[in-house]
Amino acid sequence: MADAKTERGAKAPRPLSPHLQVYRPLINMVMSILHRMTGAALYLGTLLVAWVLAAAASGPEYYAFVTGLLGSWPGKVVLFGYTWAIFHHMAGGVRHFIWDTGHGYDLETIDMLSWGTALISAVATLGLWAYILISG
Amino acid sequence: MTMRTPLKLVRGLGSAKEGADHFWMQRITGVSNLVLSLFAICLAVSLAGADHATMRAAFAHPLIALPILLFMISAAIHMRIGMQVIIEDYVHGEGLKIAALLLNTFFAIGVASVAALSILKLSFGG
Repeated sequence: MADAKTERGAKAPRPLSPHLQVYRPLINMVMSILHRMTGAALYLGTLLVAWVLAAAASGPEYYAFVTGLLGSWPGKVVLFGYTWAIFHHMAGGVRHFIWDTGHGYDLETIDMLSWGTALISAVATLGLWAYILISG
Repeated sequence: MTMRTPLKLVRGLGSAKEGADHFWMQRITGVSNLVLSLFAICLAVSLAGADHATMRAAFAHPLIALPILLFMISAAIHMRIGMQVIIEDYVHGEGLKIAALLLNTFFAIGVASVAALSILKLSFGG
């Protein structure tokens, strides 16, 4: 046995249970991971909101500088990503509210809710940006 | 060597009475975030490209300043709890974990405070 060869008191390396890499990605699993990732992204995004608010409170020059940055193409890309993260986390949150009621745990509904999260977040993000770009 | 398990130490003391608190607070702020962030998105879209005077005028109205103030507080609480779970999942060293949890709390309070002060300053026209 491998354990017998280790020094007294030293812990033998224990086998680990298989982790994410051994599973074929399933939609609810992908949505779960994305829910956490968008949550972490929104964590930093709140800093962005606070920064814009602080810029507005500090005066016209600095506010113009910050809105200029956000209105540039790299700024728009960040805001586009932020919008998607919000809508994705929002739709995922509603999915969790549904599960919190104790309903929707059969595989068919789980898949439907998970695809729904992906679909709603994409439609809401693209719709909002289409509106922003068209209305100028 | 003792055969006693740590369970012995807590038996009879009753629960800490806050078992579901973490879960429940995340649901409460989740609901408020749902409503308030939709409001914030609408406001952000309507103020996109606006100049400073327009921005100030918008926040001078209490029905704009108040929901945004509530949104930042609600979001800060929600994100603090959420990040706490992420830290507890991935940071296993006890010292590093406590440091990360402390920083998480400071970050959430810091962001919320900066936002709150800015909103109040805009709102009161200072």
